[in-house]
Amino acid sequence: MSDATKAQGGLLGWVDARFPLTRMWNEHIGEYYAPKNFNLWYYFGSLALFVLVNQLLTGIWLTMNYNPSADGAFASVEYIMRDVEWGWLIRYMHSTGASAFFVVVYLHMFRALLYGSYQKPRELIWVFGMIIYVLLMAEAFMGYLLPWGQMSYWGAQVIISLFGAIPGIGEELALWIRGDYNISGVTLNRFFALHVVALPLALVGLVVFHILALHEVGSNNPDGVDIKKNKDSSGKPKDGIPFHPYYTVKDTFGLGVFLIFFSAVVFFAPEMGGYFLEPPNFEPANPLQTPEHIAPVWYFTAFYSVLRAIPDKFGGVLAMGLAIFLLFLLPWIDRGKVRSIRYRGLGHKIALGLFAVAFVCLSYLGLQAPSDVYFGLTVTLWAQIWTAVYFGFFIFLFTYTAFGFEKPKPVPERVTD
Amino acid sequence: MSQDGANKSRRRFLTGAVTAAGGVGVAYTAVPFLAYWNPSATTRAAGAPVEVDTSTLKPGQKMDISWRGQPVWVIRRSESAIERLAEVEDRLSDPASAVASQQPAYAQNAHRSIDPEFLVLIPICTHLGCIPSYMPQPGSLDADWQGGFFCPCHGSKFDMAGRVYAGVPAPTNLQVPPHRIADNGVLVVGEDQEAA
Ligand code: HEM
Ligand code: FES
Repeated sequence: MSDATKAQGGLLGWVDARFPLTRMWNEHIGEYYAPKNFNLWYYFGSLALFVLVNQLLTGIWLTMNYNPSADGAFASVEYIMRDVEWGWLIRYMHSTGASAFFVVVYLHMFRALLYGSYQKPRELIWVFGMIIYVLLMAEAFMGYLLPWGQMSYWGAQVIISLFGAIPGIGEELALWIRGDYNISGVTLNRFFALHVVALPLALVGLVVFHILALHEVGSNNPDGVDIKKNKDSSGKPKDGIPFHPYYTVKDTFGLGVFLIFFSAVVFFAPEMGGYFLEPPNFEPANPLQTPEHIAPVWYFTAFYSVLRAIPDKFGGVLAMGLAIFLLFLLPWIDRGKVRSIRYRGLGHKIALGLFAVAFVCLSYLGLQAPSDVYFGLTVTLWAQIWTAVYFGFFIFLFTYTAFGFEKPKPVPERVTD
Repeated sequence: MSQDGANKSRRRFLTGAVTAAGGVGVAYTAVPFLAYWNPSATTRAAGAPVEVDTSTLKPGQKMDISWRGQPVWVIRRSESAIERLAEVEDRLSDPASAVASQQPAYAQNAHRSIDPEFLVLIPICTHLGCIPSYMPQPGSLDADWQGGFFCPCHGSKFDMAGRVYAGVPAPTNLQVPPHRIADNGVLVVGEDQEAA
């Protein structure tokens, strides 16, 4: 028992003698020293946590009235929307929450790119984050099948067929995933089990690892300066402030602003003009008819564009897998010693900007029909151009940093204001 | 743990043996969990053959049936459609139906069917699984179009025997399911001709 806990009497002292409550609080909140120069980009981690809790809570409530069968699923969602008290709100909070999750996570990830938060010694925070991201995509994909609408059905058909492209075992693998010769109630049932139990459990566990890894090495910051190098006589970083009350208050303010936007969508535009809930999904699944135009939900469309850009089935699947896999390797591809974009070479600033533009353009293109034409070029051709930029970023970054082309600016000793 | 006086090589052997035995146990235990995902006996039984009376089908017409939960199309091709099959051959990627998985042996011919008139097809695009549109009229897609199937998802094209055109995302011909024509002229989908 430490001195701090010994001094406590009463209930807290009783608990502390049996469970490390005060110690955990201090380690992760009360005495966790975070850099004092966090900016707007640093809101998105705590917001991701909030959205995760929102998804868990509304998800459990939806489960109380949802029926995971091919005959009952679509009707049970309509029942929730029309007959269950406040059912529409719970459902819209969940469906809007899914899109909000990706908005928040994409900004959170981009922050890591801006400030080199994936670099040594934060590689594992990044890798845990990437596993979270991949599981989050699986979670969203399986959740989208549950309402059993036309887009649910055909979106799942297309994605499961991707596995069929793997030479040799592909068809068997797709059959194993579906559990039927075509997507059916059997598939729906297993996706339900994974969506409501298996993946959320794994996600929560990984978020714990993510934050433990972060607190082990300490947060990065917009200057990319290591605050642990400058400590005062009591051993506290001079540029650090305790997470509580400083960042608990700041994050609460951020949550308030976020909730304004979130509520506006939930109450005034829950379908977001067909981007959050797609129109064909208001028709029940029909295995005998494909909707006119299939597009995944917006947060998958960047990778869908990469898939469509390659005019070969297996090649497309491979490119799409690689587009995600390369992100895992980022800490080892970037050989630069300077973290923050503020002090990095001009080449990196331009490359990172182009990478972000490529991601946005690919996302947009993935929502359009392949034969549409923009500025004289088809969507397919545009997708090929931006796919090249996307992959080019990784090649450039490695070459630029591994062979000493980068000419970074001097990094200050202490964080700037 | 104290290492004093420990027989290290015996300890290493025991650790190795327990790891290996445990590993084998885990691998075997994984089998039921993985096999649980395979199509169940009920699902497999739902794949029983389907009988179809095709006598009412007129040339050019298409009939939708369902076998193993998958859509199956039975199409009666007109005489001219059968003739046009030869015209498009140089634009196809597998005109001779060489990919054996895409049809039973008795449909590995110029018209990909038992009876040249009756095409039996699973209309699931071999790219990513959409249902193509049936467009039998020549010129209905573009000027060169000789009739066939067009997939709206990523633009794959197939001829009137379900053979894929070259240069589209779909890699192989549409699948022809096992089928036979019974003695009374009824079409049986899901059963091979040899079994008759
Ligand atoms: C369920 C999803 C996620 C949750 C709840 C979450 C939560 C958090 C929290 C609370 C922080 C500390 C606050 C902050 O720095 O913003 C953080 C930091 C971080 N996260 Fe995440 N995160 C998630 C997903 C991801 C993903 C997908 C990535 C990237 C692949 C990622 C990469 C990082 C990195 C690199 C840091 C350290 C940032 C720094 O110190 O500058 N996270 N995360
Ligand atoms: S699914 Fe038919 S072209 Fe892609």
